Amino acid sequence: MLRYTLVKLVTAAILVAVVSTLTFFMLYGANSDPVTTMLGETATAEQIAAREAELGLDRPVGEQFASWVTAALHGDLGTSWSNRQPVAETLAARVPVTLGLAILAIIVSAVIGIALGVAAARFRGWVDVLLQVVVIVGFALPAFWFATLLSTTFGLQLGWFPALGYIKPSESIGGWLSTVTLPVLALAAGVAAAIAQQVRNSVIDVERRDFVRALTSRGIGSRRILLAHTLRNAAPAALTVISVQFIGLLGGAIIVENIFALPGLGALAIDATTLGDVPVVMGVMLVTVLIVVVVNLALDLIQGVINPKARVR
Amino acid sequence: MTRPEILLQVTDLRVEFGSRRWGKKPFVAVDGMSIEVPQGRTLGVVGESGSGKSTLGRAILGLAPIAGGTITFDGRDITRPMPRQRRALSSELQVVFQDPYSSLNPALTIESILAEPLVAGGMSMSDARTRIAGLLDLVALPKDSLSRLPREFSGGQRQRIAIARAMARDPRLVVCDEATSALDLSTQARVIDLLLDIQEQTGVSYLFITHDLDVVRHMSDEIVVVNRGRIVERGAAERVVTDPQEEYTKRLLAASPIPDPVAQRARRAAA
Amino acid sequence: MSASPSSSSGGLAKAILRKPLVIGSGLVLIAIIVLAILAPLLSPYDPNVSDLASVLAPRSPEHLLGGDGSGRDVLSRLLWGARLSLLAGLIATVTAIVLGVPTGLVAGYRQGAVDAVGSWISDVLMSIPGIVALLVVVAAFGTSMPPTMIALGVLMAPGFFRLTRATVVSVRGELYIDAAKVAGLSGFRITFKHILAVVITPILIQASLTAGVAIIVQSGLGFLGIGDPLVPSWGSMVNDAYRNNSMAPQLVLWPGLAIGITVAALALLGSGISDVLNRTGSGASSKAAKGARKAVLVKDAQRPASEAVESRLVVENLRVAYPVADGLKEVVHGVSLEVKRGECLGIVGESGSGKSQSAFAVLGLLPSDAVRTADRVQLEEVDLLKVGRRAFDKVRATRIAYIPQDPMSNLDPAYTVGAQIVETIRAHEKVSRADAKARARDLLEQVGINDPDRTLAAYPHEISGGMAQRVLIAIAVSCNPEYIVADEPTTALDVTVQAEVLALLRRLQEARDLGVILVTHNLGVVADICDRVAVMKDGEIIETADVFELFADPQHPYTKELLGSTLSGSEPRSRVGDRAPAGSASETPATEGEER
Repeated sequence: MLRYTLVKLVTAAILVAVVSTLTFFMLYGANSDPVTTMLGETATAEQIAAREAELGLDRPVGEQFASWVTAALHGDLGTSWSNRQPVAETLAARVPVTLGLAILAIIVSAVIGIALGVAAARFRGWVDVLLQVVVIVGFALPAFWFATLLSTTFGLQLGWFPALGYIKPSESIGGWLSTVTLPVLALAAGVAAAIAQQVRNSVIDVERRDFVRALTSRGIGSRRILLAHTLRNAAPAALTVISVQFIGLLGGAIIVENIFALPGLGALAIDATTLGDVPVVMGVMLVTVLIVVVVNLALDLIQGVINPKARVR
Repeated sequence: MTRPEILLQVTDLRVEFGSRRWGKKPFVAVDGMSIEVPQGRTLGVVGESGSGKSTLGRAILGLAPIAGGTITFDGRDITRPMPRQRRALSSELQVVFQDPYSSLNPALTIESILAEPLVAGGMSMSDARTRIAGLLDLVALPKDSLSRLPREFSGGQRQRIAIARAMARDPRLVVCDEATSALDLSTQARVIDLLLDIQEQTGVSYLFITHDLDVVRHMSDEIVVVNRGRIVERGAAERVVTDPQEEYTKRLLAASPIPDPVAQRARRAAA
Repeated sequence: MSASPSSSSGGLAKAILRKPLVIGSGLVLIAIIVLAILAPLLSPYDPNVSDLASVLAPRSPEHLLGGDGSGRDVLSRLLWGARLSLLAGLIATVTAIVLGVPTGLVAGYRQGAVDAVGSWISDVLMSIPGIVALLVVVAAFGTSMPPTMIALGVLMAPGFFRLTRATVVSVRGELYIDAAKVAGLSGFRITFKHILAVVITPILIQASLTAGVAIIVQSGLGFLGIGDPLVPSWGSMVNDAYRNNSMAPQLVLWPGLAIGITVAALALLGSGISDVLNRTGSGASSKAAKGARKAVLVKDAQRPASEAVESRLVVENLRVAYPVADGLKEVVHGVSLEVKRGECLGIVGESGSGKSQSAFAVLGLLPSDAVRTADRVQLEEVDLLKVGRRAFDKVRATRIAYIPQDPMSNLDPAYTVGAQIVETIRAHEKVSRADAKARARDLLEQVGINDPDRTLAAYPHEISGGMAQRVLIAIAVSCNPEYIVADEPTTALDVTVQAEVLALLRRLQEARDLGVILVTHNLGVVADICDRVAVMKDGEIIETADVFELFADPQHPYTKELLGSTLSGSEPRSRVGDRAPAGSASETPATEGEER
């Protein structure tokens, strides 16, 4: 298990390094003229040159990368080009919002998805048909569209939840829940459907396996077979789909945050993108990849615990 | 009787798996086996799972990595043939696998399965059709089989199709890798009859690989007994089965129950 | 290139094209594509021209779907938006296929270093959150649609890579690929003829899903205002609708419907194709079959309870049927048998004879769609036809136990051997975990396992097949049953291991006075261990006799043929078929019973 953990850790670290390197060279190498974008077409050549020197953009890309890495390893992600705030501080203030939203959404999706998937696998018939419909609808209707609908209906028209704004959980848990309920619903709908579909398929797969029949032959009750054996063997596939869905959900959160005006990474990322604020974009990318890696690592370790074969490899 | 010419000669063959990763010992599946198959005769290879018997056959067919030793076929060295040479060899060296379900592509009709080796050998489609009709005759399958798919046939019939494919280009040696093991007893009997008939008609040689002592005794002129990648005993078929010399062969024979309650219980009582 | 005659991929294509789901979703997609292409001709207005009079205009003959927040015609924007969405889906999907499929083919076929590098890159791409990466691309390359969709294609290429690779890996292990190599086909031709044909349909399914995702992502970017403001898009229409949601809440409907219908059509097209591919299973539940099943079950429930029998397991007139398209298909036709305690009854037959189905029927282990009827299945005083699941569970393991054929697949891979033995004991007896474990250890010793402690702690994949079969036997006797039903218990084992397991079974049977039903196709095993034998063919018992009598003087022609087919003691190289009475066992095509 220790070896397994170490291998996963090293792989994760390499992944972060590769993705941030690629991102850096794309942003700083391919983006030919960020300063012109920032200062506008009317800027004079001197203004541009001065600004480039100020931002260190006159140096070769390799050198810029080296200094970015050195700083990043010390927790310094540079300064925003637009508002001159340290990127790391801005991110620190915004990550908890997005993370809280995404984690709550994935938990809600997993609970609903697993319950629905197991029910569809067990009872088949109309539950199963219903699931198929929900899966298609959940796939076909984008989360952002669903979010606008929720915001309009439950926020604006019915007024059950705030349509805009955010309350920190440290200020009021209830307030936080009321501000994130609609965003979580918008995000969870499609994800829950996808998880349910996978859980249904793997439960049906496991139930066809010989050992389930053997367990029945030993007089083990059907509830225990489901809970202790079928679900346990279906879990690896379910965990895989949860980790894939979590990655998609982080992206979805960025759009949904914009709709509900949550002060998370979403608004930051989009503003930075339209303004060409390269250090902030870089920071957002780094921090989302870090989140993904940590979550995947956790799921891999759970995988190792429940699946004895995974450990041996 | 003059001794027939040796068709296939395998000398000190070694097959290893998984040696690519450093720091790990390779798994030695075949550890220095030597065999000879004379023209028109059958050599039986018998052993339990993991003995290396199937790997031996696959190595001869070019389907397993050879780490050492030599294989000569009709005097030519075919240990590590170039792709062109391997393709040329396909007209002379063929195979019938154990599983008649996975050895036929489920998406292809019987006609295209049987045409495959012929067309690969450069035959025109119209010539191939004539030949295929003859092949169906040879293995006693109805003419209307051609446009049908493998799943429409029983296990025994599929094995006949696999035999027809192997015989398509009149090979001189056919490797039969557990060719009858997946079949029911009565079906197995008919497939064995078919293989013997074909041998009588065409003079083909068989390398007959199986775990079943009764089958190997019935089919073979000579037998080699393999265990853990090595040959432990060899000799005339009848002799090996009735008068085994090696401990392992004796154990194998004693373990295989006789389908006769009187004899089986007498043997058990004696043990 | 290849002169191969008609292959069945043509038949598959036809089957796919006949499916209503595929036809329906295909037609919808074609309609959307035609509308998009003809948008310049069809749209009543220039999609970008604002008309102050039409700001948030309601639906009217002039503006069929009304006007948006800037006074532009919604219908025109919808039609033009379809062009962008479809193009986006196309660019992303083509990119993903071009990158993913060839690499997947090579990685799967060649494996080794190519595979390792490819799989690693695909893992990296899969852990990048799509939207964030696209924002990076936008920051680097600007807001126009093609670069972002190419980037999305790159991010989605792993889906194709993995799918192609996995399919190739599963196909390349098939013996027909080996047969093609031996037949002299070049690697190139094998790839095209045997592998690509298999891969193509899953790729089509994946492509339809990928196009759907791309359309959604592109709309998402449009919604965020990323994109050329002069190119109408469904995403920017949702944004416009959202900004005007208090004044004109209906506006959000149109682009939502457009996205939803397009993507749903794509998804349904994909799932329609995959339904045809995996058409096993679900087809069996026709109305006729359900009716027939119900009728049989109702009739059976009215049967009176039968009296107890002493020291015997009795089965009378057992029938097993499965629902098929037009009713029920019976695979076991009225089997009757009985076994006394201390006796071993062999059920011998070939594949498809219904011997395993009969055994499962006695144990109540048939699949849930099976229909079982019988005049009697009586375990001493217990009427096994009348007991419910709970009551049956109490009898299982404590009175009647099961030894399966394949030892490996019958142990749960997620638990240790010890945990599985303990589970069975504790399901039936109130003993502490420690006591149960001590008993498990004892049982393992009894079945001849030398190092019981290590085996208790081992997972099923860590022990050999012969060892696993001993463990299953230990579990079977763990709660001291009176009867055991063993289904081909030695078929998956090597002969030397088979001999040991048979000896063990015999020893346990004698020591515990067990009544054993042993299902097998192996006449040697029958001769070795059975007292009486029932011969099954085509779902019926054709002969039951004492084992010595049966071998010495078989009555039924099929029994004679079966015995005549053994090669033990045969004249070498004689034709076996000549000795067995001909004709009675012509090879019949695979039946349903055989497939199950």
